Amino acid sequence: MKTTKKIRVLIAKPGLDGHDKGAKIVCLALRDAGMEVIYSGLHQTLDQIIQTATEEAVDVIGLSIMSGAHLPICEKLLAMMKEKGLDDIHLTVGGVIPYQDIPQLKEMGVAQVFPGGVSFEHIVTGINALETGEK
Amino acid sequence: MNWHMKKKRKSVLNPNIENILSVKEILSGNKLAGARVIRLIEENDPQAFELLKQLYPYSGKAFIIGITGSPGVGKSTLINSMIQEFRKLDKKTAVVAVDPSSPVSGGAILGDRIRMQKHATDENVFIRSMASRGEKGGLSRAAKDAVIVLDTMGYEIIIIETVGAGQGEFEIANLAHSIGIVTIPGAGDGMQAVKAGILEKGDIFIVNKSDKPDVDQTLHQLNMMLEMRNSSRTDFQTTTGTDWTPKVLKTSAQNGNGVKEVVDTFLSHFDFMEKNNTFDTKKDEMEILYFNALLKDLALEKLLKYIKTSDRYVETIKEIQSCKIDPLSAAELLTDKLIER
Ligand SMILES: Nc1nc2c(ncn2[C@@H]2O[C@H](COP(=O)(O)OP(=O)(O)O)[C@@H](O)[C@H]2O)c(=O)[nH]1
Ligand SMILES: [Mg+2]
Repeated sequence: MKTTKKIRVLIAKPGLDGHDKGAKIVCLALRDAGMEVIYSGLHQTLDQIIQTATEEAVDVIGLSIMSGAHLPICEKLLAMMKEKGLDDIHLTVGGVIPYQDIPQLKEMGVAQVFPGGVSFEHIVTGINALETGEK
Repeated sequence: MNWHMKKKRKSVLNPNIENILSVKEILSGNKLAGARVIRLIEENDPQAFELLKQLYPYSGKAFIIGITGSPGVGKSTLINSMIQEFRKLDKKTAVVAVDPSSPVSGGAILGDRIRMQKHATDENVFIRSMASRGEKGGLSRAAKDAVIVLDTMGYEIIIIETVGAGQGEFEIANLAHSIGIVTIPGAGDGMQAVKAGILEKGDIFIVNKSDKPDVDQTLHQLNMMLEMRNSSRTDFQTTTGTDWTPKVLKTSAQNGNGVKEVVDTFLSHFDFMEKNNTFDTKKDEMEILYFNALLKDLALEKLLKYIKTSDRYVETIKEIQSCKIDPLSAAELLTDKLIER
């Protein structure tokens, strides 16, 4: 049988951010790059994100965070992923993220960081690179 | 490590995961294991085929419900409310929600579960989004196989959401025991269903968004069309009284109005089929259709491989290129030769 691999990405918005325009446009860009994107909507708790990533068997979780709480959220989520056997999934984060936080995020295990203003092309290339193992 | 190994997409499985991919874990309802097997199914991984073979004997316990209708009529919202009702009855419930893939990029945005996220953390609910990957009508063997996995994981109710009823071996009527067709108030939509040939397949017709005007008119239209459908039928089931009379219901899925009735009606359809022994007949039919579909896939794959690796194939190509034979006669000759053997 011919195997047919596609990258599956969960785009999730944790916390109380009010809108998801940016996240939706990212979904479109990823779809246009041939990926299957699961969008789970606004106000997701970390438990919901973990359960969704489990059931949907995604390769990548993309968080969109505007609230400034990216450091504690990523840390907590990474710990939960490890606990639930999801540590082979890549965690990426985008949104309002100061450049000086990037080293710390990478240090804790975030695979890619996409601060506001990076191009969609950059995001697509970044996620593709994770899955082909090319950096 | 050589260059081509490096280029290869990494497996979805890390080594720690491989050992949870067992029949035992799936039968015990391990979500991680079940989800990863469904992923392997979608990717046509031979490992999935082996697992399915072992799982199959444990399947056949779930009641499978198909929910179909045009985009935007409220299928996902309705399913969200249906999950709630099934959970009140303490039924383990799973959903396979199929959305179309983009014909241009092959990618997809799968947004059905947005409407169902309040159930995401319920241990007894499993929601899986699936892209149609170019299948007409959206349903494919992957959907069928995913349902088998969920069935063996112990989900008692499995709901399949699709746009359109699908075609061929994997149309919704061949995947589900009971079909709900969702429409909305307003003239025309009912007629669309008839045109699409859906009317024949429906067991329950649901007019959703009944908070909008013209509900009664739409209900009336549907009832009339179903009466016509029934009076024109003279087949065995109709004349022996073992044929289910389709029901027409209205809902307002957003606030849950009418959804309990929908769930009750699905369950009474199940009881009806059990009582008349049509449930087992239906299951037998579905099983043979599944077998035929597998046969088609495997026969095509294996025979093509056999033909294309034969000397005769190479010779035939040369003969076509040198105009000794036309492609039509050549294809006919080659396949006829195969059957003679
Ligand atoms: N007014 C009204 N809107 C509804 C109802 N059910 C769903 N909707 C809305 O219809 C839109 C499409 O719903 P969705 O469940 O995604 O439809 P699907 O494409 O058929 O799955 C959403 O904006 C829903 O909020 C209803 O009963 N009444
Ligand atoms: Mg939907």
